[in-house]
Amino acid sequence: MFAYYLDLALRSFRANPLLTGLMVLALGLGIGASMTTLTVYHVLSADPLPGRSERLYQVQLDAGSLAYYRPGAEPEEQLTRLDAQTLLAEAQAPRQAMMSGGQVILQGPDDKQEPRSSDVRYTSADFFAMFGLPFQYGGPWSAADDAAHARQVVISRELNEVLFGGGDSTGKTLRVQDTEMRVVGVLAAWRLTPHFYDLNTGDYGKTEGLYLPFSTSRDLELPRSGSMNCWGKDHIVDPLALDVPCVWIQYWVELGDAAAVQRYRDYLNAYSERQRSAGRFERPPNVRLRNVPEWLAFRQVVPGDVKLQLWLALGFLLVCLTNTVGLLLAKCLRGAPQIGVRRALGASRKAIFAQHLVEALAIGLAGGLLGLLLAWLGLLGVRHNPASYAELAQLDLPMLAATLAVSLLASLAAGLLPAWRAAQVAPALQLKSQ
Amino acid sequence: MSLQLGPIFKTLRRHKIAAGLIVLEVALSCAIVCNAVFLIGQRLTGMEQPSGFAEDELVVLQVNAIRKDANPDAATRRDLALLRALPGVQQAAVSNQVPFGGSSNNGGVSDSPEPGRPDTNAAWYLMGEHWLQTSGLRLIAGRDFLPEEYRDLHALSADRNGGIPGIIVNRALAEKLFPGASAVGKEVYPGGDKPVKILGVVEQLGRIRPGDAQFNGPAAVVLPLRPAYDTGIYLLRVSPAERDAVMQRAKLALQQVDRHRMVEAPVSLTELRSRQYSQDRYMAWTLGIVCLVLLVVTALGIVGLASFWVRQRSRMIGTRRALGATRGQILRYFQLENFLLSALGIALGMVAAYGINLALMLNYQLPRLPLAYLPVGALALLALGQLAVLGPARRAAALPPVQVLHS
Repeated sequence: MFAYYLDLALRSFRANPLLTGLMVLALGLGIGASMTTLTVYHVLSADPLPGRSERLYQVQLDAGSLAYYRPGAEPEEQLTRLDAQTLLAEAQAPRQAMMSGGQVILQGPDDKQEPRSSDVRYTSADFFAMFGLPFQYGGPWSAADDAAHARQVVISRELNEVLFGGGDSTGKTLRVQDTEMRVVGVLAAWRLTPHFYDLNTGDYGKTEGLYLPFSTSRDLELPRSGSMNCWGKDHIVDPLALDVPCVWIQYWVELGDAAAVQRYRDYLNAYSERQRSAGRFERPPNVRLRNVPEWLAFRQVVPGDVKLQLWLALGFLLVCLTNTVGLLLAKCLRGAPQIGVRRALGASRKAIFAQHLVEALAIGLAGGLLGLLLAWLGLLGVRHNPASYAELAQLDLPMLAATLAVSLLASLAAGLLPAWRAAQVAPALQLKSQ
Repeated sequence: MSLQLGPIFKTLRRHKIAAGLIVLEVALSCAIVCNAVFLIGQRLTGMEQPSGFAEDELVVLQVNAIRKDANPDAATRRDLALLRALPGVQQAAVSNQVPFGGSSNNGGVSDSPEPGRPDTNAAWYLMGEHWLQTSGLRLIAGRDFLPEEYRDLHALSADRNGGIPGIIVNRALAEKLFPGASAVGKEVYPGGDKPVKILGVVEQLGRIRPGDAQFNGPAAVVLPLRPAYDTGIYLLRVSPAERDAVMQRAKLALQQVDRHRMVEAPVSLTELRSRQYSQDRYMAWTLGIVCLVLLVVTALGIVGLASFWVRQRSRMIGTRRALGATRGQILRYFQLENFLLSALGIALGMVAAYGINLALMLNYQLPRLPLAYLPVGALALLALGQLAVLGPARRAAALPPVQVLHS
């Protein structure tokens, strides 16, 4: 029966090529626009570390002064250096890492190579295990290296290619701001999207090329970048000093179950209370502990423009669908005399209904294929846009399947009303009018 | 005309679904297009915000030390003398930041020293000698800093405002702090409890990031503090025609004077502005193209349904023609029908447009949709509907009475 309906649908398309083409085009445009924007949204809102992100928590304390205090207000997103170093030393979580971003000038082993600048992350030993960085050669530095302010670095795969021409470079040296450092690890391909552990140094751009101990970075006064907030009346000569009222360190911990999270929260509250009675904190304890999904939602990391484009495209799809319903209806009613004949020859209402749904589905399939082509072109366009996420916009298998599913569902929805109207055509009346 | 309304309503009542679909499509298009055009307008006006700087004559140069510089202040003085002596360079100065640049330094400025007082968030420009001639900013009141009033930023003591002899503010801040009075000579408290005198007012001085102006207001201040090259950037005033040549010359000169530094590629302020707004430009184009395609799809939908109607009613048209209706009357019948459907769709679309705008206001901090957009959107969609129906309506009018009756 299905094959027969399909045959009827094809005949009807051949009889009305313009109308059919118009429907396929409208549906294809709507599907293409929606799937382009949906793919971008899907890529940008994907879990950056599947299986891991639920266990990683960002720590916030309230070390601010009473001058601008509002009870319960959101505390600073970053910690002071003293708080971060104290929490790290007390090590109350299974794993924890303090960190800050920076930009340094690098020189490779070859003197003829031009110096180059690279993004760097100053952090502590647990960082690599917590965020699951994959190593191609060597491994991370240890907590002992942190304590020893070791001149050691971990480099990305790309930087390894550029500086050393690839291969196992562990044990080789490079110069960071003119200080010699030894490579202890080379990463395999790794890109964190979004760059959630420090959203102030880029969100969807490239991940750092270089990692080195935070302690070493302060030893050598390496340049830092990212967001910094200071308070208090005095001009702060060195905001990077240990005990000044400036927040600029990101602090992350890895915690197990809900009980562990509660224990750590209690610890942070007790820590804040201790700092307050010691006179360092002025405000009552006000801590935040958000895991990666909560943190990404709180920071609204998916760009507003991407959401706007998604809504725009869905609106556009709605208009295209309305259009398709109208044209399908016109086509069904234009074919009313044939329906009358089929009804008179014994076709049931159900059969007519099914026949027209098959016709709608065929249009949906054609529109879906056109939409897929348009989405592919659309994503090509997105990859040429100036945003940092541009090159991430790739069509993947789930989105490919979703495109076809959406177009079939959409055409089915669009076909219901016309098919129902077609099924209402009375047999006798139409024969008489012939 | 009034005679035609009766039959139109009667026919439409028999084709409720098809008529409803046209109304719905027009309503959706109207709602989306009104908001999209409004968004495009918002992006374009944002892009035109003046910075006050002579943008097409300015080049930004950034130098990074490979090794920590023992005396960056001396190196900065040497660099500036070198840059000013280059052919094609009219003036040069050091600044901590430029509009459309990467990082921004902001702080509060208040007219009272009390702690916890409300202050105005402003962009903090820290600039060295010749900043006024270099930047092309226009001083509208008071005076520029005197040569002896500049200080090295590095040498600033913990007492932040001590030793700063004065401050220059932009007009937006002057008018906010001292409405209706001259700000020159008044005292303000930029982030501390020591008063600093306002020496002059510049007409226009933009925030570093356009978003700052939107959320924190347009205030900006200039302090006579020279950053050194390791914390600041060099700003060169050149003639636009020579710009590219001077950029290369300046880069080479700075590279040669000290090999232990890395000179970033020079960039013009025009280019920085263009980069800053590239996302807005992209968004405006996207919105524009979608609107255009949306209108075309809507028009094609109207053409399709109208053509179908014409064919379906060919007997009625033939009868009317045989009974003496003119071609013009048939044409106007279909035009009037489309007008009524479009008008209904637009009325619904306006309500929807307003609803979408409310949602955007909540989620994107957008202003309210100006009422002027509504009649413009309405006229555009009415015109589109009339244009779309013209073809089918003319075909209907062209049907000869006799032939139709024969069939």
